[in-house]
Amino acid sequence: MDTVEPTVARPRRGGELWLLLVALGLGIGAFANVGLRTLDQLPENFYLYSGVLVVLGFGTHIVLRFRAPYADQVMLPIAIGLNGIGLAAIYRYDVSQRLRGSDSTLALGQVQMSALAVVMACVLIFVLRDHRVLRKFTYTAMIVGLLLVLLPLVPGLGTTINGAQIWINVAGFSFQPAEVAKIVLAIFFAGYLVTNRDTLALAGRKVLGLQLPRLRDLGPILLVWAASLGVLVFENDLGTSVLFFGLFVAMLYVATERISWVILGGGLLVAAGIFVATSIPHVQQRIEAWIHPFDQAIYDKSPGGSGQLVQGLFALANGGTFGTGWGNDYSRLVPFSYSDFIYTALGEQLGLTGLLGILIAYLILIERGMRTAIKVRDGFGKLLATGLAFTMALQLFVVVGGITRVIPLTGLTLPFIAQGGSSVLANWLVVALLLRISDAARRPRPSPSAARSRPEASPSTSNPWRPSTRPASPTSPAPRRSGSARPPQGRVRSVPAASRGRTTPRRSRRSSGRAARTTRTPR
Amino acid sequence: MNVPVRRLFTVALLMVLTLMVSTTIIQFFHADTLDADPRNKRATYDEYGRFRGPIVIAGDSVAVSNPVDDEYGYQRSYTDGELYAPITGYFSVVNGTSGMERAENDYLNGTADDLWLDRLTSLFTGAQPQGSSVELTIDPAAQKAAWDGLGDQRGAVVAIEPATGKVLALVSKPSYDPNDLATHDYDAANQAYQALVDPDNDQQPLINRALGGDQYPPGSTFKLVTSSAALESGDYDPDTVIPAPVTYTLPGTSTEMENYGGEICSPSGEMTLAAALQMSCNTAFAGLGVALGDDAMRDQSEAYWFDHDLSIPLPVTPSRYPPDDDADGSSPAKTALASIGQGDVRVTPLQMAMVSAAIANDGSLMSPYLVDTVRAPDLDVVEQTSPDELDRAISSTTADEMTDMMLSVVDDGTGTSAQIPGVEVAGKTGTAETGVQGDAPHAWFTSFAPADDPQVAVAVIVENGGSLGSEATGGRVAAPIAKAVMQAVIDR
Repeated sequence: MDTVEPTVARPRRGGELWLLLVALGLGIGAFANVGLRTLDQLPENFYLYSGVLVVLGFGTHIVLRFRAPYADQVMLPIAIGLNGIGLAAIYRYDVSQRLRGSDSTLALGQVQMSALAVVMACVLIFVLRDHRVLRKFTYTAMIVGLLLVLLPLVPGLGTTINGAQIWINVAGFSFQPAEVAKIVLAIFFAGYLVTNRDTLALAGRKVLGLQLPRLRDLGPILLVWAASLGVLVFENDLGTSVLFFGLFVAMLYVATERISWVILGGGLLVAAGIFVATSIPHVQQRIEAWIHPFDQAIYDKSPGGSGQLVQGLFALANGGTFGTGWGNDYSRLVPFSYSDFIYTALGEQLGLTGLLGILIAYLILIERGMRTAIKVRDGFGKLLATGLAFTMALQLFVVVGGITRVIPLTGLTLPFIAQGGSSVLANWLVVALLLRISDAARRPRPSPSAARSRPEASPSTSNPWRPSTRPASPTSPAPRRSGSARPPQGRVRSVPAASRGRTTPRRSRRSSGRAARTTRTPR
Repeated sequence: MNVPVRRLFTVALLMVLTLMVSTTIIQFFHADTLDADPRNKRATYDEYGRFRGPIVIAGDSVAVSNPVDDEYGYQRSYTDGELYAPITGYFSVVNGTSGMERAENDYLNGTADDLWLDRLTSLFTGAQPQGSSVELTIDPAAQKAAWDGLGDQRGAVVAIEPATGKVLALVSKPSYDPNDLATHDYDAANQAYQALVDPDNDQQPLINRALGGDQYPPGSTFKLVTSSAALESGDYDPDTVIPAPVTYTLPGTSTEMENYGGEICSPSGEMTLAAALQMSCNTAFAGLGVALGDDAMRDQSEAYWFDHDLSIPLPVTPSRYPPDDDADGSSPAKTALASIGQGDVRVTPLQMAMVSAAIANDGSLMSPYLVDTVRAPDLDVVEQTSPDELDRAISSTTADEMTDMMLSVVDDGTGTSAQIPGVEVAGKTGTAETGVQGDAPHAWFTSFAPADDPQVAVAVIVENGGSLGSEATGGRVAAPIAKAVMQAVIDR
């Protein structure tokens, strides 16, 4: 070839390694600190737990080196760091229980679940070579997602814990299907929206300047709305219902770029909100506790009072600016300070400084997810990455906003930190998917020469779905095949029909075909 | 689709920023209000859950914090609880704190300003700040002698080292076991407390009879103050002959005052000041007080620290000389009654011990104190009390004359039962009418020894004559207890 080799991004994972060391240091240091402050010795199983964290961190790092060398370098360290800090906080709770004579081994369970979660994340990265494969399962995902959401209502399977019927019990293991459902539903939303975005965006009448969708396009949306309302009404789970609906509206907006959808979604949310706020006592109590938490009558009410909320505020206040330090807290006074209210336990021990650091860590993780969405070239990947990153943001907002009285309190878990197998597993799978998509986003587009030398290489050479990509029609492959010095822009780099067979796997071709059909919708 | 993704990220950014602001509002701006909320038990747990320094008497810890597996983390426990309860007080999750536990709380829990360096160190080392130990001036032998001497009788004993003001013994009976109040068992602690403060319980063990309570009329022990006033006036010396009639009619009234048991002080109707004190002649002192005048009496009382606040650092109720209010305060009849320690004079046993101590210490009244040393956990001395003169109560000459007069009381007067072989004991008895019809008088004795090198000054009160009831006099009931305490100190 007589062309200049383009500057190609190389797989760089050194930065991740360093950040991993910092994250592991933070987590393991916190863990050691808790033991030293409370028991004057390292926690029992300290080396085992720390070893597990180290192996998980570096193991995932190695898997990424081989299977997703271009993946984002910041996500894994943040997830490991948050997981480690959460483990320390849960161990702190165990110690406070043990010092009072009751047995508590939540930390052990959390280590086991974290190990399982990270291994499954690695398996996902290993097996799923191309995230677009998931698009094939769009409607399967819808059914699985709805089933997962409704599972806790099945008699004999669902269990009510602390008022919310969001658990299922299988063979002695309890599981919160909603946590996994959010991933499955994000896949469904991404697949559904990437196919129907134009219909949703363009068909329909204009009323008062707003492009209203056609009624028949509304079907799946109303289904989701009904499902999330069902979660609320029948499972008493305000948080999950807000999470699902918010996720869908956000993805709808990104797919259609129509603010009308946001307004419509917001309207439905408000309607649902007014309905539940006036008719469901459980929600009424939450709202009352949110507005007047310090009212003695509301504080004393149990269940449904503001006792936990207020005790959480006391914990945060006690932490102040710099916190009490690991192990010097009274977070045992806050019910569920290891799961739903772990934010207050961290706030008490690490203070405002520590919490702002943790919030910034989440913000970086969300930003990395969104950046991945912007960079990745296929619409399905964009939507999926956006959805997954935004669930993180929504979940964070619903949990922390509830605890800090921005919104009424709902039960959701703090990603990676809170105790709970389903939550840890689901969030590690989210990170695995984001890593997989980010690898596709950052992987250099092969120049034709590269494409020839590595025929199996790039998922990026596929399937433009935008109407604007249509100029790159199957009839215009010639200039590209002759090899241009500069890699062309994404939209004009549509895979030429002739080269398709050689450079992309079969499945891409199929989805490519579907995308092409979609784009033919009259504009 | 990149534009809406960017917008969505802006939304996410705003959401996280909102959380940062809301968290900051709670942790930074509302923290103080939330910390002070009565429903926030953290302050209580902080106070009760931290390792608290011990209270130490002669090298032994009488109040210690032991780690326990409950929500507080430490249990306060007391050795010889009843013996030392009027000093240590209690440290109770349910009932609050009292005594030394309250007075020295800042040192015991490690939050005193002087301890800032230790707190700073623990901030960096991460160790939990620890309380200091508080070492008391109490002499266990004297304390035990006073405790045993009182036996089952209600009353109090205070012993002071005259030269320094160190409190060597401080007993109040009946006492209580602070362990019963300090238990973390809410119901048990509450029940114990309710039983102690039950109004039907005339024992009222929580009242520190040595330092406060309802106080007592001092009876004839107050004649030490009257004598001091006379000698200080310059118009009298111990040999000055004063009137000592069989009965004394209170000026402006028709009330006749008699001597104890109606006895005749002197066939001649007059006697020396020294003899009057030795015999504790009421009619002589009533007349003497009126002759000196109410102002002189009050001035002398105040020089002995009547009507002054005092903290040792346990709070002490000021003893009272009747106020000079225009209505009827300074009528000669009241002065006459006050001069023999009746009427409206009220004293604490500590006050009477201070009178003896000032006389013993050449007229210099030292500030009484209970805390000798405060030591940080690393045994560094944080605070050491140095003796401090509270007031010059009487001149050195007066002190010498008073000492001689008090020696004769024990040698050959009303206080012979306080004699210690080989030791010169100076003392004064008192048998104080309570003013309650049918109640036996209180038996008093205050003394110091050895007279030439005073090591201890004591005041003893046995309420309502103790086991002897109306048969009791200060000499018979209280003096032997004082003797035992003095002996314990001298023999150490």
